[in-house]
Amino acid sequence: MAVVIIGGGQGGFQIAASLRAEGFQERITLIGEEPQIPYQRPPLSKGFLLGKQEQRHAELRPAAFYDTQRINLVTARATAIDRFARRITLDSGEHIEYDTLVLATGARNRLLSHGNVFYLRTLVEAAEIRQRLAAANDVVVIGGGFIGLEVAAAARTLSKQVTVIEGQSRLMARVVAPVVSEFFRCQHEARGVDVLFDQTLLGISEKEVQLGERTRRPADLVIAGIGVVPNVELAVEAGLSVGNGITVDKYLQTPDERIFAIGDCAENPSTFSGDLARLESVQNAVDQAACVAKTIVGHRAPYGAVPWFWTDQYDIHMQMAGLPVGFDQVVTRGDPQTRKFSVFYFRGGRLCAVDSINRPADHMAARKLIGARTTLSPDQAKDESFDLKTAT
Amino acid sequence: MPKITYISNAGVSRTIDVPLGDTVMEGAVQNGIDGIVAECGGNCQCATCHVYVEEKFLTILKPIAEDEDAMLETTASPRKSNSRLGCQLHVTAAFDGLVVHTPPTQQ
Repeated sequence: MAVVIIGGGQGGFQIAASLRAEGFQERITLIGEEPQIPYQRPPLSKGFLLGKQEQRHAELRPAAFYDTQRINLVTARATAIDRFARRITLDSGEHIEYDTLVLATGARNRLLSHGNVFYLRTLVEAAEIRQRLAAANDVVVIGGGFIGLEVAAAARTLSKQVTVIEGQSRLMARVVAPVVSEFFRCQHEARGVDVLFDQTLLGISEKEVQLGERTRRPADLVIAGIGVVPNVELAVEAGLSVGNGITVDKYLQTPDERIFAIGDCAENPSTFSGDLARLESVQNAVDQAACVAKTIVGHRAPYGAVPWFWTDQYDIHMQMAGLPVGFDQVVTRGDPQTRKFSVFYFRGGRLCAVDSINRPADHMAARKLIGARTTLSPDQAKDESFDLKTAT
Repeated sequence: MPKITYISNAGVSRTIDVPLGDTVMEGAVQNGIDGIVAECGGNCQCATCHVYVEEKFLTILKPIAEDEDAMLETTASPRKSNSRLGCQLHVTAAFDGLVVHTPPTQQ
């Protein structure tokens, strides 16, 4: 009963670790492309850029863990899946056979067509950006999403002149309500970051970024965070179903019952969005891995963990629970001026997501409430005298 | 380096040299202490690095912050007056000799 995992990121690591924790005794092979042992990515755009954390802090487990747990780490790129022979081909030409295969191939950065741009996903990329940040004066960040804003916050904290360029009219537009976008715009601007909206990127040279006819910004370092593309090619070539990710059922299983897909690369039915969802988060990778590990050892159960996510920018800690898909009502609990507030998203009168800014207790209450399909009303949510912990 | 002793729920004790500035959680994870899971990697997001700190050391620890307090409300094993999250305890010289007990379960 050999398990082979393709992808050495958070999800791939967690499958292996969870299988051993569940008592799985047979062979586990974890194939990763990066030269490092598995590490966590969230610190790379936060403490790592600031020099507060090093590689060893990001490593999920020390190297010895893989020996003691008998997890065979293979540094290679998988190039093909032969579903009939149940065999993986590696770029070295080597083959690995599987009984169960887990695709945790993750995602890769979307790239601009311009040169002179750096991207952040891997430890190597983060180390390069950290080194260049030290020498830079004018930093331009392309993309006002989580990665872009975390990088902007780190660069500004390091006293760089920072410009954020966003194509849309507000920050993190894909995932948060306008009240949250506006709060973060104010926080970045108050610290001296120049935030430009509705921009079209015309060119990037070694010295500047050209936006419109008359808009230029000096730049000795340009970093883009414009989203990711799921790594689905192996699955496509193996004839598996792929939409906005490798399509899996509620057990995270592909139509080939020997193959599962988890994490950034997988698209699964979500009771929280009411549709297929492909999420890019530590929570999603870890909880999906744990779910599949249980299924492999015989405790089959559908995946249904409450999605959550966080971002740190300066001293602002935002935690998000649920999925704000198709929301039609938003209420705010607390005053954004105090820099501590939560935003509750409702869909058809039912709570679907909560963003908590520097209000961790609200976030933890939200995880429970959303998981329990709460009947909390918008009026209760915004009433600070109403104790969220008493809601059902 | 300060020495920290981790005692499992089954009573197994291990003493580890933990570098200054690292956390009590990192000291455990980097040395294969099973009783600490650290699922979120030390970001105060999951409460799976819950420890019980021996009472006499409580005064050397920084106070519980709001986010740690919220997470401690969700621990898998009961929260006690000496409950802390290992990821929030950054080791200083004063930690030398610290003893923590890992709970029966973290998940």
